[in-house]
Amino acid sequence: MPKAESLQGSIDLLVLKILSRRSRLHGYAIMTAIQNISGEVLRVEEGSLYPALHRMEEAGWIRAEWTTKDNGRRTRIYELTAAGKKQLGEEESRWQSVAAAINRVLREA
Amino acid sequence: MSLRTRMANVFRGARVNREIDEELEAHLEEAMASGRDPEEARRALGSPLRHREGSRDAQILTWLDSLVADAGFGWRQLKKSKITSAAAILSLALAIGACTAAFRLIDALLLRPLPVSGAERLFVVARHGLNMNGAPGTFDGTEYPLFQRMRATVTDQAELIALSYDARMDLTYGSDEEMEKVHLQYVSGQMFGSFGLRPAVGRLLTESDDDKPGGHPYAVLSYDYWTSRFGKNPQVVGRTFRMGDALYEIVGVIDQPFTGTEPGTVTDIFVPTMMNEGVTHRDWSWIRVMAQLKPGITGESVRAKLQGSFRAFQEEQAKNLAGLPKQKLANFLNQKIVLEPAAAGISAMQQDNRPGLVALGVLVGLVLLIACANVANLMTAQAAARAREMALRISLGAGRARLVQLVLVESAWIALLAAAIGGLLAWWSAPFVVGRINPPDNPVRISLPVDWRVMGFALVLTLAVTFLFGLIPALQASAIKPTSALKGGEDPHSRRRLMNALIAAQVAFCFLVLFVAGMFVTTFERLSHQPNGFSAERVITFDTVARTPQPPVFWNQVVEHLKARPGVEAVALAGWPLLDGNGWNGFVAVDGGPPSQALAYFLGVSRGWVDAVKIRLIDGRDFVESDAYPGTAIVNKAFARAYFGGEDPVGRSFERTADHTHFQIVGLVGDARYRDMREPITPTVYVPFQSVQAGGGLQPISKGTYIVRTAGANPLALAGTLRQEISRARPEFRVSRVRTQQEINDAHTVRERLLAMLATFFSAVALLLSGIGLYGVLHYSVLQRRREIGIRIAVGAQDSNIARLVTEEVFAMVMAGAVAGLALGMVSVRYIESLFYQVKATDVGMLAFPSLAILGAALLAAVPVIRAVRIDPVTMLRVE
Repeated sequence: MPKAESLQGSIDLLVLKILSRRSRLHGYAIMTAIQNISGEVLRVEEGSLYPALHRMEEAGWIRAEWTTKDNGRRTRIYELTAAGKKQLGEEESRWQSVAAAINRVLREA
Repeated sequence: MSLRTRMANVFRGARVNREIDEELEAHLEEAMASGRDPEEARRALGSPLRHREGSRDAQILTWLDSLVADAGFGWRQLKKSKITSAAAILSLALAIGACTAAFRLIDALLLRPLPVSGAERLFVVARHGLNMNGAPGTFDGTEYPLFQRMRATVTDQAELIALSYDARMDLTYGSDEEMEKVHLQYVSGQMFGSFGLRPAVGRLLTESDDDKPGGHPYAVLSYDYWTSRFGKNPQVVGRTFRMGDALYEIVGVIDQPFTGTEPGTVTDIFVPTMMNEGVTHRDWSWIRVMAQLKPGITGESVRAKLQGSFRAFQEEQAKNLAGLPKQKLANFLNQKIVLEPAAAGISAMQQDNRPGLVALGVLVGLVLLIACANVANLMTAQAAARAREMALRISLGAGRARLVQLVLVESAWIALLAAAIGGLLAWWSAPFVVGRINPPDNPVRISLPVDWRVMGFALVLTLAVTFLFGLIPALQASAIKPTSALKGGEDPHSRRRLMNALIAAQVAFCFLVLFVAGMFVTTFERLSHQPNGFSAERVITFDTVARTPQPPVFWNQVVEHLKARPGVEAVALAGWPLLDGNGWNGFVAVDGGPPSQALAYFLGVSRGWVDAVKIRLIDGRDFVESDAYPGTAIVNKAFARAYFGGEDPVGRSFERTADHTHFQIVGLVGDARYRDMREPITPTVYVPFQSVQAGGGLQPISKGTYIVRTAGANPLALAGTLRQEISRARPEFRVSRVRTQQEINDAHTVRERLLAMLATFFSAVALLLSGIGLYGVLHYSVLQRRREIGIRIAVGAQDSNIARLVTEEVFAMVMAGAVAGLALGMVSVRYIESLFYQVKATDVGMLAFPSLAILGAALLAAVPVIRAVRIDPVTMLRVE
């Protein structure tokens, strides 16, 4: 049973989105990418990144493999699967509708 | 990640952990490479242990993981107490093995559907009513003309198939000297098509191979016979064999796995019913009729139609039975046709052994329950010892379900190991028992496949057993309240109460097993030691056939020839040996009166036979050379009682009503068993072996049995020589079967012997298990109360007081169990009454044996415990 994570909803969306743009990233790169693109506004809590990645891998949205770096150390890189692409579409539209709803409330209340 | 990977990851947990760690390391490295402070990065990432747990749960099946962990833990627990574990496993293995073996037998003989198409729509057409002796019963013998009529009536709703009773026949593929015995069945040609059978080679028979009496000398072999006799040679098609006067051609072989319709025998050869002369006889009941209902047809509609044609047939038959008493005639007409399910085939073997096998199944089931109670007690005692461990687990947050699982997994270990050993036991013992069902010269052949049915049974049994003995201790273990457990137990007696209840149940079952076993043993003793009225000692019998019927003088010549052999004491001729299962009966009328109510049995014997089998001649004389059937007769005392009010009938006469033949009684002999070991001795008429034929002169004879009493103690020592001597004296004669009279007698008690043997074995097991169980519980109660005992001794209690303290509760349970077992026994033996002979459930001996045995076992179990009580109170109190 995957344990409930408070950031779960948005962290999934962000990781999937990053991986759809740039394939084959390792965990640290995913984290820095999110920070950089968001202009340092969004910080991924490092402690929850890896359980999230492993959970998404288990769900079949992303695929992982070990590669060897130039210095001989192994690193685990991730890429999006077909199921992950579909999931990304769903998560994106869910986010859009939530964001639109919140905007509407901010505008009209 | 797939389910499979997650499952696999359970078994490489170390690697999963390592990979998670490695990935985290790589992360930190990246962080440092991008210039972050190592300490800060490590702190930001958090505890690797937490990551590991979170990620690990995602990558493996947690429930499987916990199961594997529990299995490992359970295994270590078992190894910790090797002797108790071994005792538990072995006792359970014995019980599981016995149950599985019993199931194999019951399944193979009674339950397994025949491997034919539409087996579930197969029924046997039988008639139910009062038989000639006025006893209710079901009889499945049918006359062929009746079969033809019935078949025509229901042709749209069901296919009727005629099958003769499986018989051992003599046939030869070459000369007469090469006669061999085969299991042969006459069957309707349409059987092969209706059963959906296919040929392995050649062709099978069809309806058109079975429509003209004597017109189709074709034979089909079974796969089994083809393999054992011809080594699967396909050239067998077209070969011929001779049986009686007819020459048969083999046309094909039935493909596997069909072995006939009579479980217990494997039919070798099938020939068309039309080749049996019985097809034209209106008074020969020599076939069984099987009905295969068409899909969607109800049995009742078919039954009603069959009843109609049966009634019409019986009414026509009754015209030939004018001499029959009125009541018997009414019984004859009022029989009811019944359709009995026959998906598993039908055979005498099934009918004879059904109650015995079921009784045996129940006995082994009880032994299994006893073993389960033992193991449950063991687990409860262990659980008590582990109460603190459990309390600790609960304090650390283990859920109730998790603890139940922990204990159940341990039970499963015991059950699985026991099942594995038990499986071996069943694999070996089922054929062993089968080998003892029948007399050695005609062994039972039951295919005992180990397939999904047997495996499934063993699996379900193992699971059931796990829950049976594991669930209560597991629930108890999980119900522990940590605060009270750590303090020393909330209700220290609750566990003992459970164990006591189990002991009572165990004793009840054990009593029942011993009680039934005692009845079986007594039945066997009484049956095999009852007087038969004749002497089987040193008697050997030679069933002899002549190629063509021979004049009686030749048959007598052989008698004289054998008499002259060394080592031979007496020789005589008879139609068949006493008690070999053959019977010839009829109603008789005395002094022109009405026919008798009771049937008399007839047997043709030669001069000197009474002497040879040592039946006491009470009055009159033996036959002389000139006596011939019909004319003179020797009767037994039962006959004199039945028809002459017990007066000496020598000199009187009677008539055999069936053929109106007259007999003058020339001798009165003592009662001897003719047909059956259990019935009262039947009124019996011995008539001369030779008979006068219609046109005058003596009738040639085609078969008979030479009865030889030898001088030496072992009659079989002469079997080979005498067999050759018979053919040497008359080359036309051939011995088809050699048996000692003792063998023939013993065949009547084969079932009783087997039941007595197995029941004795199982009662020994039950007693042993119960003894161990009692010991365990007594031992536990001493351990549990050792502080109390220590205090009592310290304040001056005597050894005897203490012994009474620890044993009285258990002995009360034993008494309660014994009473319950007695009640159970009284009720249940009624269902298997048919298996007993001259034994009453209320016999004092029957009750005394199990009571004493259990009391003895209980005392034996108590001795070491009572001795253990004598411990220095100081040591006892200092333990904690």
